[in-house]
This record gives sequence, C-alpha cells and structure tokens, in this order.
Amino acid sequence: MNSVLNFDALLAPPLFSQLLHGAQFTLMLFVACWILAVSLGILLAVLRISGWPFSERLVAIYVAYHQNVPMLAHLFLWYFGISTLLPAGLQDWTSNHGGEFIFATIAIGLYMAAYFSEDIRSGLRSVPGGQTEAARSLGMGFLASMRYVVLPQAINNAIPTFTNHTIVLFKNTSLAMALGAAEMTYAVREVENETFLTFETYIVATVFYLAISLILMAVGAAAARRVRLPAH
Amino acid sequence: MLEFLDNNARFLLIGSFPNGPLGGLALTLLLSFIGLVLAFPLGLLLALCRIVPVAVLRISSGVFVYVMRGIPLIMLIFWSYFLVPRLTGHEVSAFTALVVTLVLYQAAYLCEVIRAGIQALPKGQLEASRSLGMTYGQTMRLVILPQALISMLPSLLGQFVALVKDTSIGYVISVYELTFSAQQINNSLLTQPFAVFFTLALVYFVVCYSLTQGVNFLERRINRKGSQTVVKLEVANVSVV
Repeated sequence: MNSVLNFDALLAPPLFSQLLHGAQFTLMLFVACWILAVSLGILLAVLRISGWPFSERLVAIYVAYHQNVPMLAHLFLWYFGISTLLPAGLQDWTSNHGGEFIFATIAIGLYMAAYFSEDIRSGLRSVPGGQTEAARSLGMGFLASMRYVVLPQAINNAIPTFTNHTIVLFKNTSLAMALGAAEMTYAVREVENETFLTFETYIVATVFYLAISLILMAVGAAAARRVRLPAH
Repeated sequence: MLEFLDNNARFLLIGSFPNGPLGGLALTLLLSFIGLVLAFPLGLLLALCRIVPVAVLRISSGVFVYVMRGIPLIMLIFWSYFLVPRLTGHEVSAFTALVVTLVLYQAAYLCEVIRAGIQALPKGQLEASRSLGMTYGQTMRLVILPQALISMLPSLLGQFVALVKDTSIGYVISVYELTFSAQQINNSLLTQPFAVFFTLALVYFVVCYSLTQGVNFLERRINRKGSQTVVKLEVANVSVV
C-alpha cells in the first residue's frame, strides 16, 4: 500500500465494463430474488395464519428448515444436487439459459421467503385481537377491517425487520459467486486476478455494496415514515 | 445414500483428524465457539461506545456497525485475507482470516443486541444509581449490565446459531469446515451430488435446530422468572449466510 492508489485502470473500458456487468448481474439477481421471496413470503404467511392445521405445520417446517441451514448449503443443494434430478430436457434448457442465475434465484428466493413470511406474520400478530373485534363490532366487513384497521398497524410494525431482511438478501446475492455466477463479487475477483489491483478493486466493490445497502436503509426509513401512524 | 454415509460420515464430522487437520462439523463448531467468545467482549465495548455520552466514540462505533451491516460477509473475508497480513507483517492462515472476519462481523451484530438489552431497562435504573452518587462507570458495571446481560442470554445463544451458519462462508477461502468437507466429498464421488448436499443441509439443520430449541427454552425460563423480560431484537438472529 506504499504505492499510490491506481483507480485509472479500473475506470478504463475493459475492466470497467467487467465491473459494470458484475454490478448489473447483482442488481438483476437482487430484484428477481426479492420478487420471488416477497410473493412467496406473503403466501406462506397467509397459509400460516389460515387456521388450517396441516398448512400451518407445513409452513412451520419450511421456515425452520430455511432458518437453520446456511444459504451456501441451499445454493449447493439446488445448483449441484436438485438440478441433477430434473428431467434431461429441463437440465439442458437451464444450462443454456444461465443456470447459475436461475438456481441462485430459486435458492436465495426460497431462503429469504422464510424470513419475510415470519416478518409478515409477526407484524400481523402484533396487532391485538381486540382491534379486529372492535372493527367488526362497528359493522366493518372482514376485508374492511383488514384494510383500514389491521393491515396499517401490521405493516407499520413489520417495516423495520422487512428492511433489514431486504438488505440481508441484497448482501447474500454475493454468495452466488460460489456457483460461478458472474455477479459483482465474482467480477471483482476476476479483475483482481488480472490486474493485482487488490486494494482498488475491493474498494470499488465495497463502495458499491455499501451504497446500495445505505440506499435500501433510506428507502426503508422513508417507507416507515410514510406509513407511521399518529401516536396513540 | 447409506453407503455414501458409511464411507464419509467420519470425514464430515471431524475431517481427516487425527491423521490430518481437524475439519468438518468439529471445525465448524470450534470456529463458531471461538468467534462468539472473542466477539462478545468486542460487541460489549462497541455497545458501550454506542450509548456513552461522548460524541466521537458514539459516531465512530456507529459507523463501524453500519459498515459491517452494509457489506457482504464474503467481501469482508477478502478484505481481512488481504489486509491482516499487511497490517501485522505476517502471513496468516485462512483459518485466522476467517476468525478475524467472523469476530468483527458478529461484534457489530452483538453490539446491537447488547445495546437493545441496555436500552430496554427502565431509565429509572440509571437515574436512581446516579442519584445515589455512583459514577457513570459504576452504574454501568454494577446496575445496568448485570440486569441487561441476563435478559440477553437467549439472543446471545441465537447469535451462536447465526455464527454456525456464517462459518460456511469459510468455504470460499478453503477453510476445512463442514461445507468445504462436503464439497470435497462431492468432488471425489462426482456421482451423488444430491445425496452429499442433502446430507450437508441435514447436518446443519440438526445442529442449528437443536440450538434454536435451546434458545426458546432459555427464553421461557427467563420469562417465567418474571423479573426480566427477554429482549427481542430485529437485527439479531439474522444470520447472513
């Protein structure tokens, strides 16, 4: 580190576009995983509170399985394990259409869905039962009581953990590099191996991750402000 | 599947020990234990910095926590593997680099657990002990921390579960922990990837699920005693890997 830092090479076309592609891949992976995780998370939360014992038990097992096994193990199981059990035609199709992206999305999406479903559930549970009863007594239907009484409070309570888990999801996309997916961390490793500008490439990647994480924190805080209820 | 287990169970559990380096599940647990033992004092120190009425300490510890929470663990591992040798002047093993990383990372999360535990105490505790003439340090040491730490016990154990999961990242820098061992078995067998990685997931599940049940038990015990309420914290127990 005695030499002067050299960022010029990184900002010149070939290396820069490599990093740019990495960043793009990471962001695409993040969006795909987030959509999968949130929609599945909502579904799981609904099943969990449906009052149907079988589905409740099933969701509980799903959540426990995902919360107690590291994401890297999930990624390997999907990419190297479960992919081999698919029919041959489907295996060919996935390997021709970016299997790393597909399986990383599935593994990360399913994993984070467990966390999101718990966020939503604890948000709903944090609203006392008397709130629903009072709303229904006032003549509101089930949907109206949900829409005007329960959900505003539940969302209000769930936003902080929801934001945290969104950031965790974003950071976790970096693990896809273990599958050889060409995301940001992977690109950084490649550029570093080519140029030996270790310090500089790590700085670029760190600033990238930190910036997006801070943006996500800010969006979460803004969302929390927007839905904040007047003090009781 | 069973045949594969017959031949490789020992390797998954302890690596090639005693004829070679310790590995597998044993190393994973050892790493997690060392990580928690070293991260706790650092986390405590950070938590005290976060609430102390000295702006410099508060801001710098806050920045540290935000940075740790904002970058992926994998980037942090690369950083420590690269920076620690330059700062200390010695080459470090992948094991050391991983321990350094896990300690710094977990300390940031533990800091938030401990801070929440302290702030959950009624403000009257601080005011009462200060009124009795105790200094700020005495108040923390004799009044606040003993109460806060008990209510944090379950969260601390929860962080241990998170650590067990986080050690899997050692795979990236070839530390012989559980995930790396499984990948090695898979590379030598080549034919049974599903069996190997399903077993891997199962081993993690058994270990972490038992620990999680322990956390729940502890939580109930402490809650039943009544005088303390367990601190539930959002940022805690969020394993990252």
